[in-house]
Amino acid sequence: MNRRIFMSVHECEEDLLGVVKAVRQQGLKIVDIYTPYPVHGLDRAAGFGPSRLPWICFVLGLLGAGLKVWFEFWTTAQDWPINVGGKPWDSLPAFIPVTFEVMVLFAGVGTVIALFIATPLYPGKKAVTPFARTTDDRFALLLEEEDATFDPDQVRMLCERYNAVRVEEREEKY
Amino acid sequence: MSMVLIPEKDNTGNDPTQRPELILGQPDFAQLTESVCRVSEAPSPPRVWYVALSISLAFTIILHVMIAYLLWEGTGVWGIQIPVAWGWAIANFVFWVGIGHAGTLISAILFLFRQKWRTSINRFAEAMTIFAVICAAIYPGIHIGRVWFAYWLFPIPNYLNLWPQFRSPLLWDVFAVSTYMIVSLLFWYVGMVPDLATFRDRAQTRVRQVVYGILALGWRGSSRQWHRYECAYLLLAGLATPLVLSVHSIVSFDFAVSLIPGWHTTIFPPYFVAGAIFSGFAMVVTLAIPARYLFDLKHIITLRHLENMNKIILVTGMMVGYAYGIEFFIAWYSGNPTEAFVFFNRALGPYAWAYWTMISCNVLIPQFFWFKKCRTSIWFMFIVCIFVNIGMWFERFVIVVTSLSRDFLPSSWGYFRPTLIDVMTFAGTFGLFFTLFLLFCRFLPIVAMAEVKSILPKAGLDSGPHHGHGQYWGEIPYQHDEAAKEGGAGV
Repeated sequence: MNRRIFMSVHECEEDLLGVVKAVRQQGLKIVDIYTPYPVHGLDRAAGFGPSRLPWICFVLGLLGAGLKVWFEFWTTAQDWPINVGGKPWDSLPAFIPVTFEVMVLFAGVGTVIALFIATPLYPGKKAVTPFARTTDDRFALLLEEEDATFDPDQVRMLCERYNAVRVEEREEKY
Repeated sequence: MSMVLIPEKDNTGNDPTQRPELILGQPDFAQLTESVCRVSEAPSPPRVWYVALSISLAFTIILHVMIAYLLWEGTGVWGIQIPVAWGWAIANFVFWVGIGHAGTLISAILFLFRQKWRTSINRFAEAMTIFAVICAAIYPGIHIGRVWFAYWLFPIPNYLNLWPQFRSPLLWDVFAVSTYMIVSLLFWYVGMVPDLATFRDRAQTRVRQVVYGILALGWRGSSRQWHRYECAYLLLAGLATPLVLSVHSIVSFDFAVSLIPGWHTTIFPPYFVAGAIFSGFAMVVTLAIPARYLFDLKHIITLRHLENMNKIILVTGMMVGYAYGIEFFIAWYSGNPTEAFVFFNRALGPYAWAYWTMISCNVLIPQFFWFKKCRTSIWFMFIVCIFVNIGMWFERFVIVVTSLSRDFLPSSWGYFRPTLIDVMTFAGTFGLFFTLFLLFCRFLPIVAMAEVKSILPKAGLDSGPHHGHGQYWGEIPYQHDEAAKEGGAGV
């Protein structure tokens, strides 16, 4: 199916934040926003909920720590117990450093993998940017022309009020 | 690339009513991208780069030859003997791990403290961390003698059905350094993805398009990606902060958990961490000074950045000096004659020359940084930082060697002398470190462009409560709010 996309390009984050707020007030559908750096407040202006990554990080950290304590106990006290200086088999205080490191390892690697899945990012993925300069110095807002009530001329005027340097419409497959 | 010698602009003022200029010349986004990308996009790097690369490659080859010789002949080619069975290899290991700590401090801890100046230097400081940890990781691997059993360090089931000893600090070290390496690498790479996408989108040649295309993982810079990316970056910073403190604490446990006098002290973890940050920052300054000249980045890595790092060197140098003092005080105050002897022996015994080199380089010389003239003179800070690097290496040497050379039994006292192989191996790791660093400068984004852009005046930094990077708190100011309302009535 094809859809019509309306793109407005801006030169600075203030204009972008303003136009995003304005189009949301109009109830227009934002397809995506492309920025060269993370614009703060944009997630709120665009209405994104909080990310779930902290939960993934927390659960994986807990899992890593739990698994490691169990593994250390199993290797030193059950599978092949070795008496070291008369220390107890389950030397919990001695297990703390490694448990901490494995917790950080699981949480860190897990967060990055979750980020790559959620974003999604992987080697060989083709990057679809509206045009090359969004990774350099331009901010692009993409709107979907959902139905006949979308008036491109009105939206163009709105975008130009926020100093749009380029406004265009294009057909896109999805 | 032309090297133009522009006089340093002084942006080190401390007037609280004025926001200091972190990036000079007020570049816009495109100019900033240009000045970072041209380091890599120039048809050929400066001639000095080739000279430096050939020298460091030669030393890297020496490192390989030395390791091959060591494996062929055995650890007897080193100066280690009983009683000093831990010689240069372990001192160098601790030295290199310490160097790495500044990178994580800049990228994670200063990030959590919202220090905007970190953005100019975090990328290459993180790269330095990774290369330093690579150099460090070589040493325990080749020090074990029978390197073909190095996998016994990890809990991999083997034919003896034996597991590593989880009560041993040496094993804690394996986990600490491996985790540190992996998490630092991920932190560095995740931070670099948006900049690699910039490289990809600017690429003129097919090779660059393909290589940076693969490395950028299809990054688009869409707000949904940034939203999650920012969250993941914050989480990684939160994880890396306790991690970096734990790593050198655990390295210090290698010593502190043993019963050797001079090692068996509770001050070791904080003392090691402060020393690590001290030596790491000295190395960052040592690398930043030539890099900013060579690649024409003086307006991005400014005098203010260097001065800030020098202040951290001064503070951590004082902490290290305090630790030296407290060690002596406790040696006396504890009433333990063995402990008292060790410290007396350090300062006045056969290794006094090493001890006083350490004190002069680490405690006395950084005191020059109390003076602003010294903190802001490029040549002066370069020399001080070289001395700090030397001093911190001597600290590791003093700790490892003096305690072992004279312990409880006078009949087994000895004097450690490094062999030529020891010296050449250490010089070789510097070759490897600089080779990796030079290749990084030429082929990867040396400055975190996306992060620096977010602190440029053009990013609206001055228009409201803006914190550079990370989660946003507070209302979004917008001067055209009236316009937004008007627009609302129109369509």
